[in-house]
Amino acid sequence: METANKDEIVIRTVDLCKTYGTLKAVDHLNLEIRRGEIFGLLGPNGAGKTTTTLMLLGLTDPTSGSASIEGLDCTRDSLAVKNEVGYLPDNVGFYPNMSGRDNLIFSGEMNGLTREQAGERAKQVLERVGMTEAADRDAGTYSRGMRQRLGIADVLMKQPRIIIMDEPTGGLDPQATTDLISMIHDLSKIEGITILISSHDLYQIQKISDRVGIFVKGHMIACGRIDELGRQLQNEGLYMFDVWADRNGDSTWDKDLLNDVRALPNVKLIGRKVDGTIHVESSEDVQRGLEETLLRHNYTVREMHRQGGDLDEIYRKYFERAEAGEKGGKSNGRSKAGADAGEKRTGSDERPSKIRRGLSRILGK
Amino acid sequence: MRVLYKKELSDHLDSTRYQILFVLLACIMIFAVNGAISTISQAAQQTSDGQTSVSEFLFLQLFTTSGSNVYSFSTFIGFLGPIVGIMLGFDAINEEVAQGTLNRLAAQPIYRDTIINAKFLAGLTAVAIMIFTLGGVMTGYGLIRTGLVLTGEEVARIVMYLLMCTLYISLWMALAELFSVTSRYAATSALASIAIWLFLTMFWSTIVSGIAGSIYPVNGGGYQAQLNAISNYSLQTGLNRVSPYYVFSEITTILMNPNVHSTNVVSLLTSQEGAVASYLSFGQSLLQIWPHIVLMIAETVIFFAAAYITFMKREIRA
Repeated sequence: METANKDEIVIRTVDLCKTYGTLKAVDHLNLEIRRGEIFGLLGPNGAGKTTTTLMLLGLTDPTSGSASIEGLDCTRDSLAVKNEVGYLPDNVGFYPNMSGRDNLIFSGEMNGLTREQAGERAKQVLERVGMTEAADRDAGTYSRGMRQRLGIADVLMKQPRIIIMDEPTGGLDPQATTDLISMIHDLSKIEGITILISSHDLYQIQKISDRVGIFVKGHMIACGRIDELGRQLQNEGLYMFDVWADRNGDSTWDKDLLNDVRALPNVKLIGRKVDGTIHVESSEDVQRGLEETLLRHNYTVREMHRQGGDLDEIYRKYFERAEAGEKGGKSNGRSKAGADAGEKRTGSDERPSKIRRGLSRILGK
Repeated sequence: MRVLYKKELSDHLDSTRYQILFVLLACIMIFAVNGAISTISQAAQQTSDGQTSVSEFLFLQLFTTSGSNVYSFSTFIGFLGPIVGIMLGFDAINEEVAQGTLNRLAAQPIYRDTIINAKFLAGLTAVAIMIFTLGGVMTGYGLIRTGLVLTGEEVARIVMYLLMCTLYISLWMALAELFSVTSRYAATSALASIAIWLFLTMFWSTIVSGIAGSIYPVNGGGYQAQLNAISNYSLQTGLNRVSPYYVFSEITTILMNPNVHSTNVVSLLTSQEGAVASYLSFGQSLLQIWPHIVLMIAETVIFFAAAYITFMKREIRA
């Protein structure tokens, strides 16, 4: 398929809104997706991702605003849109008493193919997703991973130029996820299909997305390439180090050392965790400076963990900022996000950040 | 549309429940016909003995005459027809939702109403196939067993009657489909449909006679009670016609028994006055039940329209 104009915008939403009663599921969404890219729509459950994809397909009418795909209005020309766009719904299902192949042929016929053409194409796409052996079993016997692969085959039956996927990796085991992700990657890079993925699986999306949009409570709070988002977040303590270092068996850091570490460029926050580890946050990768400082003060580094700079951090930061903005108004939202920043990715939201705020007060930063 | 219709129809015809219903109705048909034949032959025996006169439209009575211990075919259809309709319609939409196929289907380049239209038409076709097969087999079986010769008018009446059966069952199917759109689980919609069916078929007439009796009391004798009798009867039939079961049984009576001239209060009077026994022509019978047919079609359309509108407005999501 053609990839003539890379910058051509194929999906565009303008002030798209959807309200359910008083709940704003999608609030003034402006989105532009270019031809041939993989766009990751990220956000927690209930952020309005599925609603957005449904509006793009014309399955739900927007309350206000508009969406268009390939210049076609998604609400009024939904039939033409559905001709161009393949949709892989969350938890895709198939008719359980028909074989996988028959399910595909049925989809093909719905898209205007004759039975023979549909059979021919079903054979191709089944091969493509590696389902040829299982194709003639009843679809009711398929595992989750097989259903998801059959879902992709089903989408490919109409030879779409755009594919919208809703949580494609949800509920899959790691191997199946990896396979699926590389399949999606190939679709985009080899065939030039524009792909919109909505997901909360940050790690997977990070690997294949060209651009991501972070979506919280109906708002798009950040949008861009992953490294761009990282840069936008500078000055907010993006890198975090958990250091365990001692001098002659004593793992408490003395004043001089703390002052020197604090003096390192871009260090934002130092704190001491309950287990005695020192926690350092910075907007840049200060690992080397940290090690040198410790060495200079005669400390031996026993353990050092670095995290940050990846989508997880970016996502969490933006998410926190949006939440803080919601709780305390826009003005103190930013500073609070800075103070709140930095628990481990598995940590619960409330407790550790409180501890750290207390600590940072003690440590005078 | 055609593709979806074909798939839905083949789903129906392949489904175990359709086959069970078919076999069940076939068995019932055999019993009912045999019962009817034994009753009729007794009657015929008496006729040849010169005791009573026998109807000219003897063959039609195969459908409506009950045997000594089985109901007639038409009674069975009146009772069990709704079950057929409900079985074919109750999980039309919510089953698709449960399977996760509805949003996939809706994402195909078809209009959304195609889905529900195709489902209804496929159900209608399945019902028509069932009814006309059974009716045809029954007619053939009756011909062989009794040796009666069918007249053109009888054929017309039978075809019309079978059409009415299809319409009656479709009405219940439309109702069940309405529930399948509005309720999330197939079990809920099945139970709701069955509840309505039981209520209208079993209890409605009792309730109606209670209401009519309390508004126009007829017991106790006296002049007023006699006057009330007519109003009472009119009110009762009027209310009874809320139930498709009653409407259908009236249609059956008129169509299959040309001797019956009217379904209104007049029928009560003429029988009392001893009217001349004569047969209505097919056209005249049809004229008598025309409002009934319109009513049944209207009810079907209303139920289907409600299902249609609800389906078009609802959210398609996983």
